[in-house]
Amino acid sequence: MNEQPRFQDKKLPRTFSGHHGLAHETGLIFEHGREDFTGVDIDPPQNFKPRLGGLERQSPLGLPGLSEPECLRHYVRLSKQNYAIDAGLYPLGSCTMKHNPRLNEKMARLPGFSDIHPLQPFSTVQGALQLMEALSHWLITLTGTEAVALSPKAGAHGEMCGMMAIKAAIAARGEAATRKVVLAPESAHGTNPATAAALGFSVRPIPAGADGLVHPEAVAAALGPDVAAIMLTNPNTCGLFERNIVEIARLVHEAGAYFYCDGANFNAIVGKVRPGDLGVDAMHINLHKTFSTPHGGGGPGAGPVVLSSRLAPFAPVPFLRRDGEKLVLVEEKEGSQSFGRMAAFHGQMGMFVRALTYILSHGGDGLAMASENAVLSANYLRVCLKDVMSSPFAEKLCMHEVLFDDHWMKDSGVTVLDFAKAMIDEGIHPMTVYFPLVVHGAMLIEPTESESAAFLEMFVATLRDLAFSVKGGDVERFTGAPYYAPRTRLDETGAARKPVLTYKKPIGEREPPAA
Amino acid sequence: MRYLPLSPTEREDMLARMGLAHIDDLFADAADKLLKDPLNLPGRKTELEVERAMGALAAKNLAAGAPFFLGAGAYKHHVPASVDHLIQRSEFLTSYTPYQPEISQGTLQVLFEFQTQVARLTGMDVANASMYDGSTATAEAVLMAHRVTRRRKALLSGGLHPHYAETARTLSDMADDEICILPPDPLAREDLIRQIDDSLSCVVVQSPDVFGHLRDLRPLAEACRAKGVLLVAVVTEVLALGLIESPGAQGADIVVAEGQSIGNGLNFGGPYLGLFATREKYVRQMPGRLCGQTFDSLGRRGFVLTLSTREQHIRREKATSNICTNSGLCALAFSIHLSLLGEKGLRELALVNHANAVALAEAIETIPGIKLLNGSFFNEFCIELPGSAAEFVERAAGQKILAGVPVSRLSPGAGLENLLLIASSEINTDDDRATLVAALREEAAR
Repeated sequence: MNEQPRFQDKKLPRTFSGHHGLAHETGLIFEHGREDFTGVDIDPPQNFKPRLGGLERQSPLGLPGLSEPECLRHYVRLSKQNYAIDAGLYPLGSCTMKHNPRLNEKMARLPGFSDIHPLQPFSTVQGALQLMEALSHWLITLTGTEAVALSPKAGAHGEMCGMMAIKAAIAARGEAATRKVVLAPESAHGTNPATAAALGFSVRPIPAGADGLVHPEAVAAALGPDVAAIMLTNPNTCGLFERNIVEIARLVHEAGAYFYCDGANFNAIVGKVRPGDLGVDAMHINLHKTFSTPHGGGGPGAGPVVLSSRLAPFAPVPFLRRDGEKLVLVEEKEGSQSFGRMAAFHGQMGMFVRALTYILSHGGDGLAMASENAVLSANYLRVCLKDVMSSPFAEKLCMHEVLFDDHWMKDSGVTVLDFAKAMIDEGIHPMTVYFPLVVHGAMLIEPTESESAAFLEMFVATLRDLAFSVKGGDVERFTGAPYYAPRTRLDETGAARKPVLTYKKPIGEREPPAA
Repeated sequence: MRYLPLSPTEREDMLARMGLAHIDDLFADAADKLLKDPLNLPGRKTELEVERAMGALAAKNLAAGAPFFLGAGAYKHHVPASVDHLIQRSEFLTSYTPYQPEISQGTLQVLFEFQTQVARLTGMDVANASMYDGSTATAEAVLMAHRVTRRRKALLSGGLHPHYAETARTLSDMADDEICILPPDPLAREDLIRQIDDSLSCVVVQSPDVFGHLRDLRPLAEACRAKGVLLVAVVTEVLALGLIESPGAQGADIVVAEGQSIGNGLNFGGPYLGLFATREKYVRQMPGRLCGQTFDSLGRRGFVLTLSTREQHIRREKATSNICTNSGLCALAFSIHLSLLGEKGLRELALVNHANAVALAEAIETIPGIKLLNGSFFNEFCIELPGSAAEFVERAAGQKILAGVPVSRLSPGAGLENLLLIASSEINTDDDRATLVAALREEAAR
């Protein structure tokens, strides 16, 4: 395989079109669309008296139109420039790129779910409310908690929800003025401190131990009457189960504070460990990670939050209430201790359908097996790679993801970013790099339960070959990578220095194809 | 299990290679909290069994195939078949946030085109790569106005969707900011200008407002500018911008909108699509992801996520927002539908919507005892019934007519029990309208 020319663009002949076989270049819709053309046939209405109050638009917008064939071609060509889990291994640590069953998509498109309005009378949406009740039951049972708030729209929104419930509970105790600090370990996701700060808390960092874990002594030292909560991820962002978590929860509760668990990594322990048994008061569940509603190139997600009995009364509106045979949504906070509304309507119904479909398909036993296989696969990678890559925790069991650092690459002339880009040439999406921040040059690998033994072996063999290349001094393989992607290394610094965020020219005018 | 490729033998082999005997040995760190027995939950189901179970739930809902007139922030429009086909392509559906731009140009170019479409549609300089929905985008706009003006008090119009106002209120209360929400304003009579002073960071106003009135933002924008206050314009029916003057052209500083109308279905309220646009000079105070143009090492144009020093994964507690996820796939659907429509189709579709609503309003105006409250509207308006609107809607649902949204559903206890919001789009036939008018006529005669 190594005999292939590496510098393809320099050695192979130029093409007239700029395309390279199946790799098509695609201009912007603003360059090839037309202002006076539409791909949707509409009969404009005749003879009616508008009632727009004199606010009719006076000037053109500058939006191009495409016929249906042009439209299909544009987006199909663009899609081919994307990596995807359906195309190959996507081992982004902390992101959980597992298989997205197509049955989920089919169910979400049933008109009884996709074509109902959020403000229809409750009598006409009993099936939708029953679905929300069924999903709630599964989430509460799997987490061993008291209640669930379904409305948060993504993980970070769920964090916001959980922390708002905590703030409301503290206010109800009359301690709003004194408890203004949130503890967060240095290994936390960036959303944790951002959420705490957005709610007016100040963040007190907790150092991680050399073993990658948060230690009760460090928590005890940081606790005090000014602390509202701790935000802890478990399994943590180093891929380790916080083995002192029960003790930490006890300390936090004793100090009058609450335990928020970042549930981004819940997929490692579904059906194996219940966060409620660990002393968690609130935890969001990323349905798009753990329950495989697709990531869709960045969203939409859904972030329901499970709550302990201490926080359940403060859950946001709307929430479900059973009224005899009928289900209704309580949409106003008056008459309850609810902290209020987080978003219009009732949450990401389309994601609830997909998540429940995934859950029913697996069943309780299949969900546990999925977690087991995710953890098994990550540990298998750890064992197969630890002799060529370095990890501060190489000898310890990991959960669903395994963390390596860049110690083994020291003085090789290859950076973690270079290594990631060389993986692209091998047809594999890179792992998460430079996160978590607690180790130098982090490489966080999450294979998920969706990979076959053959794909895992291929991954191991590829990474070992790359590692030997680093050690053998084949620096070029890395510093110039990717060679085989739709684009070579992109200038991110230049993009930020002089931001070009929209197309500035009129429709039909083309930009020069290159700088 | 059909989704799990590892066979029992392979599991055994892998465990053996690690020197482990049992799968639970992997969970040794959780030992004392490891569940000894499986949870009391049903076991796995075949694809056919799941289809039956989900199908049974779906069948209990009255879907919008019935004569359908609901709006109030969620609208039913016809979406071309190619939109749903394209967003289900594996490469769009099953990809992650484009953190590795060299193999994510599909998603990134779509976002660049989307940002440009949104900026042009709203009449602003820049737009982000989308937010969760219109309501959360509104709450974020208020926070951004606080950052820009270094003031911490917002004034929200009584024409703003009550769910949007409540969403902003929750966040504002939690952050100990000040917020003033004016009472529901069904006749669009509130005088916002008189309440503007230099203690405010922003005025938030919706047009078409929640009662359907079109509001002239220009005098408001002028009054805001005089006091250093930002004007946040909210649009919950983005199709209206095909026909009416853009909020940017009317002087808004931040435009937020619900983009669901274009390319996306009703989905019982989510996932939807928050649009967020502003002026160039405020771009570094914006929340959310931004995609920008750049070049690769061979000089070819390409796109990357940029200005991420505003964002939580870099700035942590100093970030402009805690948002991480966007509504990528909904943004893709929006962008595809809008590129099919183009300016011509957008305007024509908006015209059809307006004409249908005008036809319905004219028919309703002939019913004695029912009053139309609107002087102006786009595709939704508010009427006053002789009795409870919620009870009328319930009776109509019994006849499989989805007649509209009672204002009391959004603003309970405001003394607006007899008001009904009615939306009419291109999906309504003459028969649908006649059915609704007959039901209203019957109601008025009760």
